[in-house]
Amino acid sequence: MLNQSLSKKRKGFEVLMKALMLLSVGLTAALVLFLLIYVLGQGIPNITWELLSTKPSYLTERIGILPDILNTVYIVLATLLIVLPLGVGAAIYLTEYASNKKVVGIIEYAAETLSGIPSIIYGLVGMLLFSNSMGTCLMAGALTLVIMNLPTIMRTTQESLKTVPQSYREGAFGLGAGKWRVVRTVVLPGCVDGVITGCILSVGRILGESAALLFTAGFAHAVNGLIDGLAAPGATLTVALYVYAKEQGEFGVAFAIAAILMVLTVLINFAATLVQKHFAKRRSL
Amino acid sequence: MKKNQLMEKIIHGIFLVLGLITVGCVLLITVYLVISGIPAIREIGLVDFLFGKEWASTASEPKYGILPFILTSVYGTAGAILIGVPIGFMTAVYLSKLASPKVKSVMQSAVSLLAGIPSVVYGLVGMLVLVPGIRKIFNVPDGASLLAAIIVLAIMILPSIIKMSITALDAVPKEYEDASLALGATPIETYFKVSVPAAKSGIAAAVVLGVGRAIGEAMAVMMVAGNVPNMPDSLFQSVRFLTTAVSSEMAYSSGLQRQALFSIALVLFLFIMLINATLNFFLKREKE
Amino acid sequence: MKKMITMMMVAVLALSMLAGCGSTKTTGSVATDGSTSMEKVIGALGEAFQNDTGISFTYNPTGSGSGIKAVQEGRCDIGLSSRDLKDEEKEAGLTGTVLAYDGIAIIVNPENPVADLSVDTIAKIYTGEITNWSEVGGNDVEIVLIGREAGSGTRDGFESITDTEDACKYRQELTSTGDVITTVSQNPGAIGYASVASVKDSVKALTVDGVAATEATIKDGSYVVQRPFVLVTKSDAELSEAAQKFFDYITSADANEIIAAAGVVSAN
Repeated sequence: MLNQSLSKKRKGFEVLMKALMLLSVGLTAALVLFLLIYVLGQGIPNITWELLSTKPSYLTERIGILPDILNTVYIVLATLLIVLPLGVGAAIYLTEYASNKKVVGIIEYAAETLSGIPSIIYGLVGMLLFSNSMGTCLMAGALTLVIMNLPTIMRTTQESLKTVPQSYREGAFGLGAGKWRVVRTVVLPGCVDGVITGCILSVGRILGESAALLFTAGFAHAVNGLIDGLAAPGATLTVALYVYAKEQGEFGVAFAIAAILMVLTVLINFAATLVQKHFAKRRSL
Repeated sequence: MKKNQLMEKIIHGIFLVLGLITVGCVLLITVYLVISGIPAIREIGLVDFLFGKEWASTASEPKYGILPFILTSVYGTAGAILIGVPIGFMTAVYLSKLASPKVKSVMQSAVSLLAGIPSVVYGLVGMLVLVPGIRKIFNVPDGASLLAAIIVLAIMILPSIIKMSITALDAVPKEYEDASLALGATPIETYFKVSVPAAKSGIAAAVVLGVGRAIGEAMAVMMVAGNVPNMPDSLFQSVRFLTTAVSSEMAYSSGLQRQALFSIALVLFLFIMLINATLNFFLKREKE
Repeated sequence: MKKMITMMMVAVLALSMLAGCGSTKTTGSVATDGSTSMEKVIGALGEAFQNDTGISFTYNPTGSGSGIKAVQEGRCDIGLSSRDLKDEEKEAGLTGTVLAYDGIAIIVNPENPVADLSVDTIAKIYTGEITNWSEVGGNDVEIVLIGREAGSGTRDGFESITDTEDACKYRQELTSTGDVITTVSQNPGAIGYASVASVKDSVKALTVDGVAATEATIKDGSYVVQRPFVLVTKSDAELSEAAQKFFDYITSADANEIIAAAGVVSAN
């Protein structure tokens, strides 16, 4: 039925569009494959236990990325610890407490604006706001990342808050509970999946962030404990990648870090999908 | 009872404050940028700053024209859109309408991977593969150029365009497509002449998002574009974007030079705000 | 689910605290900031210092101009500059102490047959008067000029010795010594300048007016393209105890072995 009495022009259109589409998909797929193979291929051979567990030494001319790994962990922890209460609180306000539509609109617009600002500007403002008073340190970087990830946490929490059936809330109110109690006991547990998804997305974003950290967190490679580490300058994995690749020409190390980051990205995407599936299943029961 | 009511009020207040933090942040950022950025513009002169063709911030007679950066960012973004949007759009149509569910989900994971790769990794690959590649293929003395940046930016915005377009296309009501098929159109004609227009504003939003991301990219571009403040007269010249102008000189700048860098950041910020306002306009239209 | 996550976070926290336990107890710290050319030298010195005394040492590779600024603004203890302080910087209350002398190597791609250039020719190349390698005895390849960013001490040294201030027509302005070396190693037509101490086998260093850059020729000045590694401190303020200890150590003869191993010529 398809090929009956199609004019030449229409047939030509068919063929052309199909070709273009297949070309585009092929290109995209080839791109992803190339990146995967190239980065992993160049990087994995360079990942040695020595690389992962030591810090760089000038005296022995050896490079290790342990400090960068630790710095990344610290910054992720610090950022999440601060952004979660702020973001979840804001989301709760928007869905449970806000009555004035204009206020809601303004807050949501502000959140969207924040998520559109390029990271280099965050780095600049972070430098002005935080580094000038607390010096170049991981904490300044973390605070900058907090502002960057606030919209993400707010959005995912809000989405899952909206899925809590209104009847749950009404039931609780009906039993005489105050608003805060309702939120605490009925609503909050219902938005856990959103919070977790938001966390995972944020971790992914923090892992990939470099421009915002250059001027706020610096490039040092010292091995520190958590508290010392936050107060000192330090390079995260992405910043270290940039420095090793661009400033020192140590491409073996750079690719090793790139490979690690890529694997982490895959894991994070996987985790996010898992969480969403898990909670979607739960909700449909 | 009264104690409970008081607690309720306090908690309401706490949440209100938390909610307003985002607004506070936006205001803070805007205020800081404006305060830091205005002085240099005032001293250099708005017209000289925005339209001056020469940037020589550390010369004995410093010049602070940022037209090279503005044009480079515009051309770079335009180039990235010209390459990224058609490829992304076509891929999205295929994945949304023609691909089997298995292919669709595999490709969607692949696209998500592309979206999650840190920009420095793109920069690294660009530096070692793209730049020498451009040098060899086009027979130019040096591959670090506007073209390299355009290609990297196109690849970086591809995932967002694909993702959002797929969402928009998936949301087109099946009735539209069924009606078109019933009238004798082929499936492909249906997709391009009925579904795509129906998903128009979602796709437009994807493009605007891509533009925002391309204009704001700093790290990957810094590694492949050469970093000399030339006017972007040719694809193969070494160029500096608004973003890389800020990041490359910030560390050692002082005085008027430093303030000029803040002004560049302010200009960039205003560009982005403008783009976001356009994005919001499109999204609001779709919701109606 | 919640419990699992809390437990995981506690575990990570605990692990990271343990990682910190192994590191040294600090009785102060030394923060340095500046020249990327000095990275190898100051890095080795700082590491040896930290191993001996347990005082933590940090170094931020941001470029000479930035290092001078950092010490001026109090963001670090000692600034590192790969050029002499300018008059206005001295007037602003900064003191420079020469740590060592470093040659600036003029580097080309290993494929390039050219092996020697005069300072004058180098200047002509960088100002754009000479544009093709064939004009100086090489292949018919366009010359690609690689240089450093405006705040670089290496660039300052290079441009003042070749008398090409504000006149160089760079193809790329890179932000570190390592980057220059990488870029030159990847492009057959490139020429660049970088600290002798950092030159790797991936590039070829030219002889200048017939003189190769060695410890001897830098010391006696016959290799003209050289500049001092300067420690920048505030003239009127005292260094912290830790920083002073470090300063004394690196300017003493004890540090000479490390300095020499890093490829520069000690001044003390």
